[in-house]
Amino acid sequence: MLFKNKKTTSSDGAQPAKTKAPIADAHYLSVRESRAIAKSNARVIRALEKRKKRTHVSESEYLCEMQDPNNIVEFDDLRTYFFTDAGVSKAVDGVTFSIPRGATVGVVGESGCGKSVTSLSLMQLVQAPQGQIVGGSIRFNMGNKAYDIAKMPISEMRKIRGKQIAMIFQEPMTSLNPVFRIGYQLDEMVLLHTPGCTKEQAKARSLQMLELVGIAAPERVYRCYPHELSGGMRQRVMIAIALSCDPRLIIADEPTTALDVTIQAQVLDLLREIKGKIDGSIMLITHDLGVIAEMADYVVVMYAGRVIESGTTAEIFHNPLHPYTVGLQKSKPVVNRKVERLYNIPGQVPNPIDMPDYCYFKDRCTRCTARCEGEYPHFIQVSPTHRVACYLYAGEDGKGGPDA
Amino acid sequence: MAKYIIKRILISILILFGVSIILYTLLRCMPGDYVTQKFTANPSFENSEEKLELMKELYGLNDSIFVGYFKWLFGNPTLQTRGAILFDFGTSFLYDRPVTEVIADKMWISFALTLLSLVIYYPLAVFLGTRAAVKQYGAFDYATTVLTMIGISFPTFFFSAIVVKIFAYDLGWFDTGLGQVSGGMYNPTAWELFIDQAWHLVLPIFVVVVLSLGSIMRYTRTNMLEVLNADYIRTARAKGLSERSVIYKHAFKNTMIPMVTMLAGLLPGLFGGSMILEDFFKVDGIGRIAYTAMNAGDIPFVMGYNMFLALLTVLGMLLTDLMYVAVDPRVKLTR
Repeated sequence: MLFKNKKTTSSDGAQPAKTKAPIADAHYLSVRESRAIAKSNARVIRALEKRKKRTHVSESEYLCEMQDPNNIVEFDDLRTYFFTDAGVSKAVDGVTFSIPRGATVGVVGESGCGKSVTSLSLMQLVQAPQGQIVGGSIRFNMGNKAYDIAKMPISEMRKIRGKQIAMIFQEPMTSLNPVFRIGYQLDEMVLLHTPGCTKEQAKARSLQMLELVGIAAPERVYRCYPHELSGGMRQRVMIAIALSCDPRLIIADEPTTALDVTIQAQVLDLLREIKGKIDGSIMLITHDLGVIAEMADYVVVMYAGRVIESGTTAEIFHNPLHPYTVGLQKSKPVVNRKVERLYNIPGQVPNPIDMPDYCYFKDRCTRCTARCEGEYPHFIQVSPTHRVACYLYAGEDGKGGPDA
Repeated sequence: MAKYIIKRILISILILFGVSIILYTLLRCMPGDYVTQKFTANPSFENSEEKLELMKELYGLNDSIFVGYFKWLFGNPTLQTRGAILFDFGTSFLYDRPVTEVIADKMWISFALTLLSLVIYYPLAVFLGTRAAVKQYGAFDYATTVLTMIGISFPTFFFSAIVVKIFAYDLGWFDTGLGQVSGGMYNPTAWELFIDQAWHLVLPIFVVVVLSLGSIMRYTRTNMLEVLNADYIRTARAKGLSERSVIYKHAFKNTMIPMVTMLAGLLPGLFGGSMILEDFFKVDGIGRIAYTAMNAGDIPFVMGYNMFLALLTVLGMLLTDLMYVAVDPRVKLTR
């Protein structure tokens, strides 16, 4: 296996040389080029920021129809770009998937593939002003109506953040404000989203939430500062904050990455338990396939800012189709299986500033065919729930099933 | 906590001893002592070596550095001083009064000057810095940065000269004689005198404000930017808080931690006066007095003044640490 790996990388030897040219160009900009970039960035950013910062926008502007009323969120061709000094980095480039009501959707992919940016786009929390949603739509089901979050101004978005969609971040150690007590940070959320709520009611609610997330002495923790709690406790507090307003969707952005294994298991158990108690959906972002297998109903695999495969958890785990998904599965350590060396996918993710126009995975793929030289593959519907963007499964016309 | 403070005070006393040794040695190594300066330049004084020696003996300038220091510290029986250890810094050569009395006398005008400017520039700098950070790389950010940088870059005497030229000579709004009070006021009431004195302080305060604004504004801006990139700010936004609440509640409280503690460190500056500024504006404050004393080689006064500054600095540092405990819940003083 090791030998085979080496062989594939060496046989690819000519290709990196070919792709090197555009990458080098992206890094070595002439003064004129970088000035042109800065100028166009500033123009685009200003227009988008102005649009976001508007107040008194009529609701009709961002009102939309859900494609399937059973979905809570539908990402449709979402494009979130970062306007950097080196050029436009397409962090999320045409992502399409949906989160059904009451389901847990796992988003997997390696670092920098755009999973976090996708979730931050849903909250409109992408690092502004460089990061901007430039296209596509995020339809969010409000129950009786649906909003397109990509078009919403920030003033309206604020009513959704925390109340409708809550987020749990990956760094519990730094995600709580160090100078406010836990109680204050919990109460704040409740007071903000519950009209006419008194301080006593907020406190009662906060204590109730702390108890729900399995904190033994809620009264004591309520009075603590974040630094007085352990990482696992803080993540519980984060979850309590997220849950305190009964959100319809919880985004968990790598909620267990910073925690040790035993606490990871506890936090995952907690999330699953809570999902049963509240009637909400979870968007679980992780690069840990084990977590996905345990938690998720549906899996979305992302690579270099695009969805390359999605389906139910069973489909993705038992019948992975895209060579990247297969590679991911192979590179996962498995207990009781002895391997000489853990598999790794050869090569690197292409530079997000200068993406090729063929399949982004082509240069790393061990199974490419002549057809892979063509345009970026469209989705091929393998089963009603399973779709993959790869030419290996396309029909003769090169398109395969209908686009999703 | 009490234990910590006591420990710090004991250490401070040690530091002050060290400081006084270095200061005294340096002062005695200065060329041209008080006696030589004063009497050799005086034409009516008969320049005989014996008389000079006698004067030097009287002023205690013939002692070795070692003996002189001990006399300064523990008192000089011939001059009947009790020594610095009992807060008796002796009699100033130049002003012919006890050093502590001169300091206590001249301190308050300097204090008023610096305190008033601090009250103006500190909140202003924090406000400008916060705004600049929130609108990073915007027009406001660039404008404040450039203007405050110009302020930092000016030497005090140069900017003072420009200010006096424009506002006193050209526009005539202020007394060109500078000083603390206008000459030629005939029998002024207390109120008129107060207004007149306050008006004389406006220009020096203006100069201090312009010159000090920049560093604190930049400091606030840097702090604010760092805090605004923190994860907990993203959490606050994810809660749905308004931008105002995010910045002026969640971010501001964190930004203020180093700012408040820095304020405690400014304590010595409040009482210590500013030599160049007071000298230029002829404000009869402690800075100017110390400047003159330094030039004249007035060892007791310069020693007393510098020990006063050292004491304030040490206290300021202790206060900084205590302020950290007050504003940052993560800091606890133990041992």
